[in-house]
Amino acid sequence: MTIVEEPGGTAEPTPSGTADPTAPSGAYVGGPGSAYELTDSEKTFIGAHIGIAIAALIVGSLMGPLQAFQFSGLDLYPYLEPVIQSYYQGLTLHGVLNALVWTTFFIVGFTNLTTMKGLGRPLSHPMINKVGFWVMTIGLVVTAIPILTNSASVLYTFYPPLKANWAFYLGLTLVVVGSWIEGLGFYLTLGAWRKDNPGVRSPFVALGGIINAAMWQIATLGVAVLILTMLLPWSFGLIDGTDPTLARTYFWFTGHPLVYFWLLPAYVSWYGMLPRQAGGKLFSDSLARLAFWMFLIVSVPVGFHHQFVDPGVPQTWKWIHAGLTYSVFFPSMITAFTVIASLEYAAKRRGGTGLVGWIRQLPWLDPSVAAQLLAAILFVFGGIGGLTNASYNLNLVIHNTAWVPGHFHLTVASAVTLSFIGITYWMVPHLSGRALWRPGLAVAQAWVWFVGMIIFSNAMHVLGLLGAPRRTPLGDATYVPEEWEGHLLRTSIGGGILLISVLMYAAIMIMTVRGKKIPAGDVPEVPIAESIRSPQLTPLWLDRFKPWLLAAGALLVIAYGPQLVDQIWNMNLNSPGTEFVPW
Amino acid sequence: MTDTASPPGAAAPDDPGDEQLTMGIDPFEKNWMILSIVMLVAFFVTVSVAGFALGFQVSGVDAEIDPRSAFDSGTWAEPGLRQISEDHFEAYVVAKTWVFEPRELEIPVGATVDIFVTSPDLQHGFKITDTNVNMQVVPGQVSKLTYTFDEVGEFPYICHEYCGSGHATMFGVVNVVPATAAADDGAADTADDDTADDEEASS
Repeated sequence: MTIVEEPGGTAEPTPSGTADPTAPSGAYVGGPGSAYELTDSEKTFIGAHIGIAIAALIVGSLMGPLQAFQFSGLDLYPYLEPVIQSYYQGLTLHGVLNALVWTTFFIVGFTNLTTMKGLGRPLSHPMINKVGFWVMTIGLVVTAIPILTNSASVLYTFYPPLKANWAFYLGLTLVVVGSWIEGLGFYLTLGAWRKDNPGVRSPFVALGGIINAAMWQIATLGVAVLILTMLLPWSFGLIDGTDPTLARTYFWFTGHPLVYFWLLPAYVSWYGMLPRQAGGKLFSDSLARLAFWMFLIVSVPVGFHHQFVDPGVPQTWKWIHAGLTYSVFFPSMITAFTVIASLEYAAKRRGGTGLVGWIRQLPWLDPSVAAQLLAAILFVFGGIGGLTNASYNLNLVIHNTAWVPGHFHLTVASAVTLSFIGITYWMVPHLSGRALWRPGLAVAQAWVWFVGMIIFSNAMHVLGLLGAPRRTPLGDATYVPEEWEGHLLRTSIGGGILLISVLMYAAIMIMTVRGKKIPAGDVPEVPIAESIRSPQLTPLWLDRFKPWLLAAGALLVIAYGPQLVDQIWNMNLNSPGTEFVPW
Repeated sequence: MTDTASPPGAAAPDDPGDEQLTMGIDPFEKNWMILSIVMLVAFFVTVSVAGFALGFQVSGVDAEIDPRSAFDSGTWAEPGLRQISEDHFEAYVVAKTWVFEPRELEIPVGATVDIFVTSPDLQHGFKITDTNVNMQVVPGQVSKLTYTFDEVGEFPYICHEYCGSGHATMFGVVNVVPATAAADDGAADTADDDTADDEEASS
């Protein structure tokens, strides 16, 4: 979408300094992606992931504003019967479709693309990825049936002893297993590329996506064990009860790295694509890699920070995880610097000047760039709030209050979702061979999201500080003081603005894929940024999985081992839940 | 950042070699990373001191119970307020779909209360508005926090974990009263019998 102008006289990175002079030229400057054209069937395969993801985003996002409207007394749920029978069925749909389905299908589809374009080759075993996709898709259908029939209104955290229909747990398992299978396809493809390119640094966009897949496989072991050893047997009636404390520990083993699983593909784009879209280059290849490896290590052993106020977990372990959670901020701080420096480099090549004046020179009229820049701005506030959440005893103020959804609507629903939306603004045209419908409207869509989210999330944060609980239909709550009411109204207004943005996005996507094919030369490229400094100059230890996987395993054993052994050893499956369906 | 577009971290491309295999970190970025670490360490020290030295502490492990039998007899069969000494109380609160028992706790101002909460059925939450009392309530475990109520007034305690269709109606109230009023009023003001019993016993 963006034409990269190469001003003369700047120090161009040249492929000298390569460890292996026989390496194919171009392999170390941002990847050979531009040399490899995706085949039609590859485009269809990636497009199938993205299509399901976008459909999930749109349907799930239509549920969100219903909750926001309910807060100020505008209860639209009765009009949705019998399709949606309650606030909580709608909230379950919103959470599952937006936080689990949209993200997972988008990420796996996007990682297919970054793997193939980054490495400049097809998947080594495309059948593995096809199987993975179908397992995920069958899982989605199996999960959807109990949710739509109101027999799994347990929200996307499904804490036992709330008991959903067994199909809900089975379907979620299949979605995760399918994503594992696709991950295997990525590793094998990277392995094949490395065999053919000895001594060449793995292209960043491919490596970043694959590190994320590896982190996801480690992280999802928690929820896999939870479902297979506790929830499925219980929902089948094979065991009478659950151990909710152990279940929470298993859940948050997966639940926090889940947020980095969402975030890292956005980082792949911010580091490895956005600089090219903005007309520049990646500022630091080595620090981009370091950030991703750090996320592999420290994303998982932090889950107790979701259990700061839990009984059954010793304070010492909560405190240790608080410290480890702080360490996850370090790679995000690196990201903040490197991404902003890359953007400044781009803007100055475009003629931008000044300490901050260069920001105006970024291509704000490119909808893909605008959406991702706005997403990154919202993420600054999401990051500050996240630091608060991690802060051990500060959690006493905000745990399970409206602050928390206020926070993650800045992270997963903005930094991640608005970035992914921005990515679709070049990716859907690229995959479908069609022009983006009304790019100006797409720029407006991103701004409307930005404004709506500022209003919504600010109101939610304030409500949380005043003590309003999360995941509660506050419009019906029996304890709402007058002090909350203005903020509840602001929540509804923000939700309404976000609804407009979602409808704009739906229209843009539908009209784009219904448009006419355009000549191949006019189809937007896959933007893969070069780095300022040749990746061949990056130390080898920033390109090898083994030391980082070993470190991740060691830290996991130290940070989770003792508590997991203790809680499993003392497991009591003595919580049967309620005898009636509680929703 | 400099005003030129030249890449600050770039190594000289004409002189490669093993010594060139460095991170190539820009000086500004190095300072930023050091600043980040200093900031994170400072935050961690602050919350640690507040938690372990100044008493702003989260709950830890208290006791395990069997949610199938613990409510038939003993402590949890009679939730409510128990007076330990003149200004020290214990409050036993059962959180269950979709009520708290007791629904009201009347506490003389200045009293310190050990608050114990558990659930016989689903997970619930217990947050007393405008205080630092915030606990996840999990069947099988007793959540405990200690708090000193220094201000007269009504402080709702609200369930903050989704527990089914009645979740939005699940709350109770801590009624912090002037010290003399608590002793004088006795049973008249309290909705809960156990609370009344405790107060009679103490007078």
